[in-house]
Amino acid sequence: MSRARWATRELGPPLAGVAGLIVVWAVVAALTTSRALPSPLDVWNALRHGVADGTISRAAGKTLIRLAFSFGVSILVGTALGAGLALNEFARRSIRPLVVALQIAPSIALLPLAIVWFGFTERSVVFVAIAGAFPSVTLATVASFRQVPPLLIRAGRTLGAHGWDLYRSVIFPAALPGYMGGLQQAWGFAWKALLAGELIVGTARATGLGQILARSQQDVPALLAALAVVVVIGVAVDYLVFGQLDRKIRGRRGLLLET
Amino acid sequence: MAEIASDLSHLPAARPRSPKLSVRNLVKTRATAAGATITAVDRVSFDVAVGEFICLLGPSGCGKTSILNVLAGLDRPTSGEALIDGRPITGPGPDRAVLFQEPALFPWLSVLGNVELALRLVGVPEVERRGRAMAWLENVSMGRFASAQPHELSEGMRQRAALARALACEPDVLLADEPFGALDAQARELLQEELQRVWTEREAPMTLVFVTHNVREAALLADRIVVMSAAPGRLVEEQRMHAPRPRHLDDALVSRVVSDIHESLMQEVDKGVAREMGD
Repeated sequence: MSRARWATRELGPPLAGVAGLIVVWAVVAALTTSRALPSPLDVWNALRHGVADGTISRAAGKTLIRLAFSFGVSILVGTALGAGLALNEFARRSIRPLVVALQIAPSIALLPLAIVWFGFTERSVVFVAIAGAFPSVTLATVASFRQVPPLLIRAGRTLGAHGWDLYRSVIFPAALPGYMGGLQQAWGFAWKALLAGELIVGTARATGLGQILARSQQDVPALLAALAVVVVIGVAVDYLVFGQLDRKIRGRRGLLLET
Repeated sequence: MAEIASDLSHLPAARPRSPKLSVRNLVKTRATAAGATITAVDRVSFDVAVGEFICLLGPSGCGKTSILNVLAGLDRPTSGEALIDGRPITGPGPDRAVLFQEPALFPWLSVLGNVELALRLVGVPEVERRGRAMAWLENVSMGRFASAQPHELSEGMRQRAALARALACEPDVLLADEPFGALDAQARELLQEELQRVWTEREAPMTLVFVTHNVREAALLADRIVVMSAAPGRLVEEQRMHAPRPRHLDDALVSRVVSDIHESLMQEVDKGVAREMGD
């Protein structure tokens, strides 16, 4: 299949959905003429303006740096803890429920505590994002290790793999699809928690997208422009990074249903 | 037993015809989900000579696979022992390659990658791996499919690749656990031929223990057939096969052994059914 045809088949339907939404929005905005719902064009202009004067691009950059840091720490902490829990049954039975509890709790509920500890600072926001994201990584790591087919481990052992070699050659690659699913989920949680944190913790020096959302209630086009940037970043990373990696990893293993 | 063992201890350890594998009074029990204990293998003893091809033949659930797993070092005997070259088997190792019921190829690696991994694990230097892996694949007519992923192949081709991977370790012993059981009739026949050929053409003697419930397969492949009873598995008879190789299913000698063994095996199956019915 040619690249162009692939792009049409893959991207056509979601782009059609977005186009439909914009059309409906434009019609409703034209009929209501309320300041509460600006037209798509107003929002587009606000977005261009925000990018031109640097408010939106600076805020997006700031938010992305926080996100990269929080997500990176979540991967390191979550994977290390998950590997530990996968290897030790007592640790798994005692600590896993606590991680599940943290996973279920809305991470923004930790923000007041974070503010007590770190004040109205960037650190509080990052703390909440990490607390929201690492449990997914940990739980996916535990589950993916434990779901490695025993037959493959037996095959590896009869071929002479043991100890670290068995992990490197068999267990890690066999666990990879489940682990990547956990990272994808953690990305979503980190993004949500970070934005929620930024909305509440407005710091004067370090404005992120969440802070723009929080202070734009008087300027609805700017608010919607920032919201659009939030949505686009979230979808783009989910689809272009995790979606494509997942396709590659599963496709190689024959785990994709051809549609 | 202990006295006899100590009496023999003054003999040299490596006698010329000492068995490659020995199973001594092997008992294997396992717990069911309901908590009961089932005896899968009941006091089984046999030897396998260096370079011999034996088939463990018996009805489903007679503990053939349990014996094979003990020989592979994947399971421990409940009591009794399993020896290789006179030493107890303590764990799995590439000196005893295993062909499982399923091909057990690593799905993230290509066919070639699977064989190369086996070579890496036995310590073949990186520069030699590709060439040697290709040679093993060519040997089982899989050269053309070296770059395929396992999921792109038929079950028969996958099992062929698994055979290449097992042979690449250049094992002293090949343990096969009904490896052709899930194949269609044509693929099974081709692989039986292939296995006979690689075993006959081997440079160093390769001892082969092949588990099957298929009498014809056993008669076709084995130097010696060890027939097991229905659960709990015991040895009921042994049959030596003197037919020349390569053998075919319609060879007169093969068919005669098949009908002989078939009869005693059917009796065992009947006994097993009778036991299950509570007689």
